[in-house]
Amino acid sequence: MPLLEIKDLDVGFDTPEGEVHAVNNLNFSIEAGDTLALVGESGSGKTQSVMGILGLLAENGHVTGQALFKGKDMLQMSTAELNQHRGNEIAMIFQDPMTSLNPYLPIDRQMIEVIVHHKGMKKAEAVAQAVEILRAVHIPDPERIIRQFPHELSGGMRQKVMVAMGLLGEPELLIADEPTAALDVTVQVQVTRLMSALREKSNTAIILISHDLGIVAGLCDRVLVMYAGEAVECGSVNQIYYDPKHPYTQGLLKSVPRLDQPEDGGLETIAGNPPNLLALPGGCKFRDRCPSAFDACSEKPPMQLDEDRHAFRCFLGAEE
Amino acid sequence: MNDRVMRVQDLAVHFKLREGGLMRSKTHTVKAVDGVSFDLDAGETLGIVGESGCGKSTLARALLALVKPCRGRVLWLGEDLNKLDDEALRKKRLDMQIVFQDPLAALNPRMTVRDIIAEPLWTFFPKIARVQVDERVRGVMKMVGLLPNQINRFPHEFSAGQCQRIGIARALVLNPKLVVCDEPVSALDVSIQAQIVNLLKDLQKKLNLSLVFIAHDLSVVKHISDRVMVMYLGRAMELSHRDSLYRQPLHPYTSALIKAVPVPDPKLARAAGETGLTGDMPSPLNPPSGCVFHSRCPFSIKRCQIEVPALRRMESGDWVACHRAEELDLTIGKSG
Repeated sequence: MPLLEIKDLDVGFDTPEGEVHAVNNLNFSIEAGDTLALVGESGSGKTQSVMGILGLLAENGHVTGQALFKGKDMLQMSTAELNQHRGNEIAMIFQDPMTSLNPYLPIDRQMIEVIVHHKGMKKAEAVAQAVEILRAVHIPDPERIIRQFPHELSGGMRQKVMVAMGLLGEPELLIADEPTAALDVTVQVQVTRLMSALREKSNTAIILISHDLGIVAGLCDRVLVMYAGEAVECGSVNQIYYDPKHPYTQGLLKSVPRLDQPEDGGLETIAGNPPNLLALPGGCKFRDRCPSAFDACSEKPPMQLDEDRHAFRCFLGAEE
Repeated sequence: MNDRVMRVQDLAVHFKLREGGLMRSKTHTVKAVDGVSFDLDAGETLGIVGESGCGKSTLARALLALVKPCRGRVLWLGEDLNKLDDEALRKKRLDMQIVFQDPLAALNPRMTVRDIIAEPLWTFFPKIARVQVDERVRGVMKMVGLLPNQINRFPHEFSAGQCQRIGIARALVLNPKLVVCDEPVSALDVSIQAQIVNLLKDLQKKLNLSLVFIAHDLSVVKHISDRVMVMYLGRAMELSHRDSLYRQPLHPYTSALIKAVPVPDPKLARAAGETGLTGDMPSPLNPPSGCVFHSRCPFSIKRCQIEVPALRRMESGDWVACHRAEELDLTIGKSG
């Protein structure tokens, strides 16, 4: 049984302009110790799909489908039931370290909350454990840092504190939403190393939400590419990077500027802009920007699956 | 060379900060930019990279005389910008424009695209005829890849990439000689980022613009720059031609930055070695003595803690501020 299995997940928002379809018919699963990346541009539904699963949607949001965590559907759970899993077996690292830490509380109070609450640990013991984990994420002088307030730390330090908090409860599933986006490259490396160390140590499954294809390449086993709220391609990291089937994935990979390639001539681009989620086109959502679109694309392409578990939503590419 | 447009000499911008209460207040000095020098030719792109807090945005502002330097000079076509009176400086601004990081925040939401792009025209030529303005605005809109029939729309009707095109159109409407781009693509998605980088490259060639392109992303800078300056804690660590900088960096910090860039290739990414960098950037309030990078440098020796290395010219014509530049071989792709 997979650790987490998502079936037919739909997330929508009611807005004065009409319903926004943020996530449409999403399916994926993740086993213990696996790392899965959700990749796509802003507005592709990466974040809202996990917010939907964890019951953290904004008030005008609604979610349907199934999210089976160890076989139990999280979408049917009461808040009290959800709270037994959230923060305990499932931890989340939020995107923005500036706004996700409470500015009124020192770091130690925020960090130990989870283990005191879920594991019934004594305060002193919990603080000692928190200091250890801060040391593990390479925060210098953790005994002093842990008594400070978020505003006294740099952006990189705050993000490391967020990661440390995620790791503290030794969760079975860690969801990291752009954990490195706000960080400088040299700190990015340190944070990704930490996450792979955790996975090796505690067999934690990781869902990494990222738009950075470089980070994903280094950290993840499998990749799910999203476009306009839909999964367009899913496969192993090698399949996605070396043999992408969907024209969107191909375009995305080509438009990343790279250091290890000659820079003469321009960058490859994907023409046009992402579609408006209020008025999604019928058929293939990528049709208007796709260099190889043809008549059949006005119908919605089904998800095709080849023999190596490489799935893609495109009429092309099945038979060459 | 005689087509030099800008010359920056020993430029320094320091900010005073006050800390503590009324009675026990202390003043600190943040040396946001401290002794930066470079030249810029017509039609050249200078990339400026560095981590957050290295002073790159302050430098951009100082180049346009938007902040007063406490030392040094910015010469624009031979004239010191900070010696000019307000009116003379205003006239010089015809030639120099800026493109900002966050395209939505940089556009007034209550103005139409026409008014946003035309504002510099009205400012400098208040008596210009409306027909002429419209013609010029439609012209630059076409140039940056916007449809001229969208002239009456508002910023919220455009995507982020299109808003950045509006920002670029506004910068180009006066036919400037220099455009300073402060992180122009870092708020954009990759597919859109590539469009904007290509657009800037094309426009530069077409209009013979000088560009100062500020970014934290080394791979974007590589695609657009002729020369690249690497900054750390307000100082220039290296100023090299693009090809030599990325192949054979002279400064240990440059080499660490290059090695830290994640490669979008699973096999290469997993084979990548250590960057050699430890720790965070020190607080700019209290920078290390000697070479500001010595506290994180794997090659630091005693001399680095005492003596500030000057930015000096190597045989190759590239510039570096490192005592040990001659002995170190930092060629990328070599182990160690």
